[in-house]
Parts: sequence; C-alpha cells; structure tokens
Amino acid sequence: MSNDQFDLSIAIGGAAGQGIATPGGILAQIITRRGLHLNAYNAYQSIVRGGHIFLTIRISDRKIETHGDRLDVLVCLNQDTMDRHLGLIGPGGHVIFNGDKIKAGDPKPGVQLCPLPVAELSNKSRNKVIQNTIALGVIIYFLGLDFKVLETALTARFKSKGEAVVDENVNTARTGYKYAEENFDAYAQPIPQGSKPLALWTGNDALAIGGAAAGVKFYAAYPMSPSTGVLHWMAQHARDLGILVRQAEDEIAVANMVIGAAHVGCRAMCATSGGGFALMTEAIGAAAMMEIPVVYINVQRAGPSTGVPTKTEQGDLWQALGASQGDFERIIVAPQDALDAFSTIPELFNYCDRYQCPGIVISDLLISEGTFSVDPDDINLQPHIDHGEIITSAEGEEEYLRYKDTESGVSPRALPGLEGHVHVAATDEHDQDGVLISDEFTNPIKRRKMVEKRARKLKNIAKEISPPKLEGSANSEVTLIGWGSTYGVIKEAVEQLADKGVTANHLPIKWIVPFHVEAVTEILSNAKRTIIVENNYSGQFYRYLRSETGLNVDGHIRKYDGEPFAPHHIVDAVQEQLAGNTDYSVPTQEIMV
Amino acid sequence: MDGIDTRALVSAPTTANEFKGKVDPDWCAGCGDFGVLNSLRKTCLDLGLKPHEILTVSGIGCSSNFPGFFNSYGMHTLHGRSLPVATGAKMANQDLTVIVTGGDGDGYGIGGNHFTHTARRNVDLTYIVMDNEIYGLTTGQVSPTSNHDMKTKSTPFGSVEFPFNPVTSAIMNGATFVARGFSSDTKHLSMLMKKAIEHRGFSLISIFSPCITFNHDNNDQFFKPRIRRLEDENHDTNDWKTACEKAMLWGDTIYTGLFLQANDRPALGEQEPVLQKGGALAHRSLGLSDEQSQKVINGMM
Repeated sequence: MSNDQFDLSIAIGGAAGQGIATPGGILAQIITRRGLHLNAYNAYQSIVRGGHIFLTIRISDRKIETHGDRLDVLVCLNQDTMDRHLGLIGPGGHVIFNGDKIKAGDPKPGVQLCPLPVAELSNKSRNKVIQNTIALGVIIYFLGLDFKVLETALTARFKSKGEAVVDENVNTARTGYKYAEENFDAYAQPIPQGSKPLALWTGNDALAIGGAAAGVKFYAAYPMSPSTGVLHWMAQHARDLGILVRQAEDEIAVANMVIGAAHVGCRAMCATSGGGFALMTEAIGAAAMMEIPVVYINVQRAGPSTGVPTKTEQGDLWQALGASQGDFERIIVAPQDALDAFSTIPELFNYCDRYQCPGIVISDLLISEGTFSVDPDDINLQPHIDHGEIITSAEGEEEYLRYKDTESGVSPRALPGLEGHVHVAATDEHDQDGVLISDEFTNPIKRRKMVEKRARKLKNIAKEISPPKLEGSANSEVTLIGWGSTYGVIKEAVEQLADKGVTANHLPIKWIVPFHVEAVTEILSNAKRTIIVENNYSGQFYRYLRSETGLNVDGHIRKYDGEPFAPHHIVDAVQEQLAGNTDYSVPTQEIMV
Repeated sequence: MDGIDTRALVSAPTTANEFKGKVDPDWCAGCGDFGVLNSLRKTCLDLGLKPHEILTVSGIGCSSNFPGFFNSYGMHTLHGRSLPVATGAKMANQDLTVIVTGGDGDGYGIGGNHFTHTARRNVDLTYIVMDNEIYGLTTGQVSPTSNHDMKTKSTPFGSVEFPFNPVTSAIMNGATFVARGFSSDTKHLSMLMKKAIEHRGFSLISIFSPCITFNHDNNDQFFKPRIRRLEDENHDTNDWKTACEKAMLWGDTIYTGLFLQANDRPALGEQEPVLQKGGALAHRSLGLSDEQSQKVINGMM
C-alpha cells in the first residue's frame, strides 16, 4: 500500500467447483457498498470441475483500471494454490489457508502465514465450503471491518435458502473472524469509506446494458466464451425490458436473424467470440450490401481455432478488418473499458442507423469477463437515440427508390409494412430501385455508381466520430500507443513511469474504422519515441497503423501468453527500451494461472 | 414506429397481375418455377392480401430470384440463410405475412441446419421450396434431393449418395404443416398455399418444380403419371405415421398434398411473452423508461 492511496489486492485460488465465486461475490459487494473501487480478474480454464481458478480482487479508494501488479492477501483453498503462488507474496502480505489440509511452503520474509484450524472451528457445521466462509471472516477482520458488515451481506445472499442456511453461514464466518481477532493482526490502515455506494458489473453486462439503453429489441446468440455473459444478461432481463432473446442453432443463424429483425425496423445486436464471428462474416457483408444497421460484437479470446477459450488476446483485429468478402462499409470500434463499452453501444447504433451499415465491436475477455465497480451516476441509461432517416408516411409522389443515389450516400429507409414503398433488399448488386443489376445486363456504370454511393457514407461517418487524443504532455520522452482494452493498463503504467522519473504519454485508439489518419499522423509525427503495446504476437495494430498512415514506430511491447498485461510489464519494458537494450519486449507472466 | 401512417391508401389487388414484380422472371422457358409463382400470386389475391403486408424472403439460386418477380416487400438474402432472416423479421414484426421461397440446394443443403431448427421452433412462416433435384444456377450439379445413381456434372458416373426426404424430415423436426406440391398442378398448389399461409406455425410446401435444362430424369413426364393427391384418398392429416409412410414412396406412386397439420402446438411468437402486448417490436419506442432504468441500476447495486 502506498501512503496516500488505499490499494489492496486479495487473491483466492482453488479448483473449479471449490466455490470461489461466492466469497468473491460477497467480498465485492461489501467493498462497492462501502463506496470503494474494485477491479477483479478471474483466471480460469475451460472445465467445470478441477483445474486451477485464481480470482484477484483489487480494492482502492480511487478509480482503478487494472487488477494491479501485486498481491497482498492470498487465500489458498487447495495445496496447488499454495505451491504456485506463495512466492508472489511480499513483505506485509498474508496467506490464509486451511492448516489441517494444506502444508505451508517457505514464505518470503515479512509474510504472515495464517493457518486456520478448520476442523476445530467447524465441528458443528456440515457446510461443504466451510473453509471459504471461515476465510471470508478472516479477511473481513484484516480489513478492519465490523463483523456486522459481513453478517448483513451473508444474510442478503442466503436469505432465499432459509434461516438455517443463513445462520450456519453467519456462525461459520464469525468463528473465522473471532479466530483471526485472537491470533492475527489486522491491517494498521483499516479499509476506508467511500463517498457513496458504487455499482458492480462485468464488461459483458456493460455491453448488454448498452444495448438495452440503445433500444435493442432483438438479441440473438449462440453461447461462446467469453461472450456468453451478454446472452445471460439479456435473457435475464428480456421480459422486464421488452427484448426478444433467441438462442439460435449456430452463429450463422444468429448473424442472419439480427439482419431480418433490423430490416423491419428493430435495433438488433448479437455477440460472439472469434470462432463464432468467423461464421458470421458473410452475413456482415450482406448487412452492408442491403444497407441494414446491425451491431455485431466479437469478444476476443486467445486463438486461432478453438485456441484458449478462457484466456485473453487482442488477436482478431485483422479478422474484423477482413470480415466478409468484397469492399464494403462498416464501422469497427474497440472500447477501452467496461464503462466505455457501455456508452459505445448506443453511439455506434446511432451511426449504424444513420449510415445504414453494420457495426463491429471488438471487446476481449479482459474487459468482458472482468468485474468492475462503477459509479451509477456515470451510467446514462437514456442516451440520445437517432434512428436515422426512416419514411413513416405511405404517401409519396415519385416511385420510391430504396437505394436512391443521394449526395450523402444515405437513402431514406422504408420499413416492410408501409404502403406505397414495396421494394426488394438484395445481397446481389442492385440498382437504386432494388432490382438486381444481373437481372438484365450487368451494367458497369450502375455497378460503379452503387459502389460509390455506399462508399460515400463512410467518408461522412469519419467526420462525426471523435479522433483519438493524446493523454499526457506532448513533450514526453515516450509515447505509448495502444488500442481497445490496453487503455487502463497503459494509463497506470504511465503513472508508474512518472514515479520513476520517466515522462510518457498515451495515444489510445478506439475507433478502428473509420480511422483518423490525419489526427494520428500529426500526433505521432511529433512524438519523441513511440512504442506500441499489444496483447498479440504479430503486432496486428502496428501493421494496421502502418497500412493506414505509412508511419513506423520505435518499439514494441507484445504479450501473447493468454494473460493480460500488468502495469509493471509495460514499465519494465519501456525502461529496458530506453536503456537501449532492445526495441522489442515480451514481458514474462509471473502469476502462473 | 411512432407516427406511422396507417391509412389504407390502396385497396387489395383485384387481379393476380398486381402481384407481378418489377421485372419478369429470368427463368428458362418451361421452368417449373413459373407455376409456383403464378400459384402464389393467385393465392395472395384470393386471401385478399396487399403487397405491403407481405415480406417474401429468399436465399440464392434460380428459385431464390423469386422476390424480384413478386410484388411484395422482399429480401434476397445469402445462400441458405433465408430462414433465419425470415425468423428475425417475423419476430420483429408479427403483423407481416412472411413467405420464404427457395430451392432444394438452398434449403436442404447449405441451409439444412436452419431448416431443422426453424421447423422445431414452429416459427409462423410459409416455406415454399421449389425442389428440382439439381443445382441449376451453377449449371447442373448433384443436390441433396437428387436420386441415387443420378448423373450430373459433379457426379458424371452417377451419384452414390441417397436423397434427403424433406417431408419426413420436416415432420420429424416438428413442423406443424407439411405438404408437397407439383408445379404443374397449380390449382392444387394454390389450395395448399392458402392453407399454409393461414396456418399458425411453420408450414412447408416442398414442390416438385422440374428443371428443364439440367435435370432430364425428373421432368413433367416423370412426375405426371406417378403423382397421386392425398386429398383424393381421405388421408388423415393428424396421422404422422401414415404421413411418413406415404412420403417415403418413390416409385410408381409419388404423393402430393397435405401430409400433416398439427394445430395443438403454439407458434414461436405465441409463446414469447415479450410479443404478447405492445404491438410489433419493430414499432415500439426505443430506449428504456425511467422505471426500467431504475430497475437495471438496482440490479447492479
């Protein structure tokens, strides 16, 4: 903990099925109710039982964008956790474990081992996950909180299961709390109190809620990690919010169902991960050709193929860029964190509706499955909605041309059901009236005209979307370039570099297509030393930046082991590059999860 | 849509010609699909439907050019994807009469997965398949319904695969209206189409619609002496077992007609609580109410 900031990380490790989620969830709720900020990352595998699960919960009294660099409290639910992670705990840290079953290793100096005599403490209980509940009581004591706080949280959590279950959990937790009180020292600096209670969400919740706020009335999906959370939120809230949710037979059906719903006037959205997105790509081109606004979300996981289903990567940029054959218009955006993901959805829908084209959102496991605190006042659930030019009157003087060749490239839409505007929307190239050009003679003049009509739309979108901005002093020694989910970790790395006397600024890129070539070129041309940070092997964004701007950069920091960057990875890499040791750094993942 | 003009500006068509599309069919002279197109025009006339109330959705292939030749709202989607697009459209606006048109390759080949699941879901769609047992637009390759031993450009020595049976498949998959027609028997087709459109749930009419250019085995001369109508034989449309037995016959007797109609299973839209009130989803106001917003926030605290 630094002097001026409360910053504490608690990690709970065990096997799948040992019940890590419940104490994690209770702890998160206690923390955010108190008004403290939270950033939680759960490292797990694609199994339902066994393996190794490692939940890191970072708590702070100021906004935090990452799960941090350091662990302060380690809760070992099994021997494996002790063996893997004890060495990561430094002076001042605490290691909590079931002393009856888990053998402690050799800790670093200054680490307090806290074995719990679980059998003795629980002789009256038959609670299967007893060690978790006892450990929760111990943590609450360490944080300097009154036991009442935990009692309230446990009561709320288990009240639906009856009084006996509530009592058992509360009593078990109390034995843990009392044992800690008698045997261990609480933190000298007790956990502070924030100004008001904060809300809690995952990035997938944020994407779904963004859709709901945008007016999504049709959501379709095929389950695929790490995007399934969006489907779960939508399904849970469908009836309250009037959203029709369909789980389809495959992602091809999903991508086409949303096109059907959007064509008749619904705002429609779907989410998947890379493999499912691959199946959706033909439909994305179809939406562009028929000029139907739909939002497709790709929550990246480590690929290719089935890849590493429960691990993160920024490896699908070129897949998004190349999603579907031919030249066509679409918007691609990579949100920076959960709150940004939330507010990006309504904004993107407005552009898609106004310019009648598909939009692609690139999220990743880090954002989507992370759990974050959020100030409820920052969540605008009633954003501005612009449904674009839609004809609502059946009367029209001339023949209606669905694909009228206008100056802006946008042709007012008539939705099926409206009299006097009957037309066909076709995936074949078509003329202004919707008739296929191949139905007569494949007229090259018409083909060129329609290609250019659609292309004009993208030029206009670029004028509306805010260009990226340099964060920090333009005069800095180093400019760190990132895209999408690296926003938070680069931001924190910049702060840490400042503490070490290195001035760095940050150019975060969010809107991928259209790309702000002029703004980016101007910023980077004036930068002293540019380093790109990417969570992939081949430097996907670096290659895109080069293709769009022709610019080169001075250094690269890449990580492709399935785990996200921690701030110190970037700090160390910048320092080794400044020292002239290398221009290409691949940080080593220390936490083996 | 708020402020939509709901005044009836045009009355229902009085001739089948009013259901003619912007362009004339580009099918070969003598193609079976003409009979299907004319039957659907007549059916829509008889049902008093107006063109703007209908959405015709197709995939890709000769018969999938259908929406361009028919005066209604149309979508000419990707190869094999007409059913999911139509499902999305029907869910979003149940007021539309959604008719899906396409061929055997489109529906039973590349779109086979959607065929299975759309039937299972009992989506209120009328699916008209023009089955010519060949890939026509790609100039004559074997299709999922091509006969065993059939010689095509992709099976020059005869196909070693057995054909797919759309009728028994649809019944097994849970379709609630399963019929077979023949493109030269337009009166019978119109009767089936009328019942199919009126049926609440997934309706399949799989139609023998011969390709005169690429399939010389299964032409009018092949079908005419073999076809017998179930309607002439007191077939019980509640009896799925007999329906399947009759649908399997492929020899001197080939049945057309309504094999099965089940009215005891609700259509998908009838089971979706979200669709039960508030009108078409597509026309509801966008965004969340104050009350809904508060509920979302409360759920996060």
